[in-house]
Amino acid sequence: MVPKVEKSKALELYLEQFKRLENGAGGPEWLRPVRQAAMARSSELGFPTVRDEDWKFTNLTPLSKKAFAPAAAETKLSLDDLAGFVFRGQESARLVFVNGRYEPELSDSCAQPGGVLACSLRQSLELQPELVKLHLAKYLDYEHDFFGALNTAFVEDGGFVYVPDRVVVERPIHLIYVSTETPSPAVTHPRNLIIVGEAGEGAVVEEYVSQGGEEYFTNAVTEIVAGPSAVLEHYRVQRESRRAFNVGTVRVQQSRSSNVSCHGVHLGGGLVRNNVHPVLAGEGAECLINGVFLPAGKQHIDNFMRVEHASPHCDSRQFYNGILNDSASGVFSGRIIVHKEAQKTDAKQTNRNLLLTDEAQMDSKPQLEIYADDVKCTHGATIGQLDDDAIFYLRARGVPEDTARTLLLFGFAAENLERMRQAPIRDYVESLVTEWLPHGEVLKKLR
Amino acid sequence: MLEIKNLHVNVEGKKILKGLNLTVNAGEVHSIMGPNGSGKSTLASVLAGRGGYEITDGEVLYKGRDLLELEPEERACEGVFLAFQYPVEIPGVGSIQFLTAALNAVRQHRGLEELDALDALRLFKEKVKALHVSDELLGRSVNEGFSGGEKKKNEIFQMAVLEPTLAILDETDSGLDIDALRVVAEGVNALRSPERGFLVITHYQRLLNYIVPDFVHVLVDGRIVRSGDKKLALHLEEYGYAWAGDRDPAEAAAS
Repeated sequence: MVPKVEKSKALELYLEQFKRLENGAGGPEWLRPVRQAAMARSSELGFPTVRDEDWKFTNLTPLSKKAFAPAAAETKLSLDDLAGFVFRGQESARLVFVNGRYEPELSDSCAQPGGVLACSLRQSLELQPELVKLHLAKYLDYEHDFFGALNTAFVEDGGFVYVPDRVVVERPIHLIYVSTETPSPAVTHPRNLIIVGEAGEGAVVEEYVSQGGEEYFTNAVTEIVAGPSAVLEHYRVQRESRRAFNVGTVRVQQSRSSNVSCHGVHLGGGLVRNNVHPVLAGEGAECLINGVFLPAGKQHIDNFMRVEHASPHCDSRQFYNGILNDSASGVFSGRIIVHKEAQKTDAKQTNRNLLLTDEAQMDSKPQLEIYADDVKCTHGATIGQLDDDAIFYLRARGVPEDTARTLLLFGFAAENLERMRQAPIRDYVESLVTEWLPHGEVLKKLR
Repeated sequence: MLEIKNLHVNVEGKKILKGLNLTVNAGEVHSIMGPNGSGKSTLASVLAGRGGYEITDGEVLYKGRDLLELEPEERACEGVFLAFQYPVEIPGVGSIQFLTAALNAVRQHRGLEELDALDALRLFKEKVKALHVSDELLGRSVNEGFSGGEKKKNEIFQMAVLEPTLAILDETDSGLDIDALRVVAEGVNALRSPERGFLVITHYQRLLNYIVPDFVHVLVDGRIVRSGDKKLALHLEEYGYAWAGDRDPAEAAAS
């Protein structure tokens, strides 16, 4: 059955915006048909609805009825405004985007002699045109993904990271997307491309923050290409305004024996969809999907994981922990797809959730699609409250009840934070989580 | 120090303690022995303040105050310590973090200055060393992945750090190998002092070879049916609890 497509107000607006961009004529010649196809496809697909199995728990009506327009190019931010987000001296490079536009003044890009490149996507079209052409929009399934298609239609700028073969970049590369106050609700379509060559190694942090922006829409896509034996730690730290919409997709293509970690930290956003989609395409590849999401107030955070095992002897691990306060809601969908040829797959998925109030709501849905016969797949989900025995244990040692709860909540998140190997980022995320927790200040004395 | 008078406790409507009387003075080590289901762990839990127990009659005075009125953390701060029969694993919470929080809560309550992270760590290292316990436990999450013996040793280590006035050991010896048992016993013996009282709850006499009690009480069906000195424990080991419980105490005493 093909559901009747009713063009939403927002969709019409996007089509108009696309026309104003001369139907995607900007950028290199080869990109034009891609953009046009993507726009046509997003128009056909339309906004997903709750009738769509993959969107069952997330109602997009507020987003599809809202008019968002690209923000005008003006910013008055200084580096001092970003002090809270910058790991001074601990980054290999920093790329700052304000309302979707790259800000060279605030950035510290990198074009090292070894060939490491961390720059804006626009710059990469000049510096590494062949690489971009080879990989951009080659992995994201915009045929079936409305938001991915929309992002592809509006590809304009984003971060580009290239780690050549056998090069190790020790300190993380930091991409910061800042939303500022705009006269009308703004939309941005950040597009990131991260390429790690054979046996190369690096870490990339994508951070989404608000500096005055209230109601806006971030529709981000990141494509990650991990060469044979490449090692990458990827982080998405999402600290949007509590009224913002954030749809983010991380699509990972993994070659033989590559090892990619996709960490997520979701604190902000009013309505958030967090898509992580690794494809283990080469034998012996490993991936880790690890994260925490901490909605409060009326926030809604929907985590949609899709792990595809397409080759033998690959390992995937998913660990997502949620703490939901107030009347927040959350979703965890974990789909593991094991293709016929992916024998000896070892896939594991764990989603644990704590509800701090009676009003908070969580839907957790594991899904296994297994077409191979020699595989090991496990999944587990829990939704509950803090363990009374653990609270009592702490109290019986003299720890006040509030502190005991805070310690346990932190511990709950800390299991996931401990998997983040980049120490400066882990410390940063720990402090964000600490600030978020009820009575989090008591933990500061204990660190 | 501790006076338990006619204590009646129900758990989920079922009578578990049925008029228990016990007095522990400072400087004394009391052992409570009894068969499974006699109410030993209920007594320990009620003294430490665990929820889910209904006190239907009687009272418990600790240093002259009504102990049952206090929150668990207040009891701990006042010097009551329970070594858990089943210590809880708390993934993600570092042992140091946890113990620092506990130690400083207790110190604050006792009018002592809080220790900073460095001084606290120094103290923890001193204590693990004195107990001949590996300091590896400090680097781990609370009890996470610990063996049974490690967990029990960790309880004793926490006791050494918090220096309680009244320490209750709830079957700390159950399932322990002889080395772990020695660590537990040494930990207790090192803390024995004229100011402290101990309530050692056990199923077996074995532990009492190492922690020599001043008094032994036999708990059967929610009541103390017999009290004596350390020889009583040996007698129990030989004749079993049936001997103490089944016969009328007066008759048994006469025979």
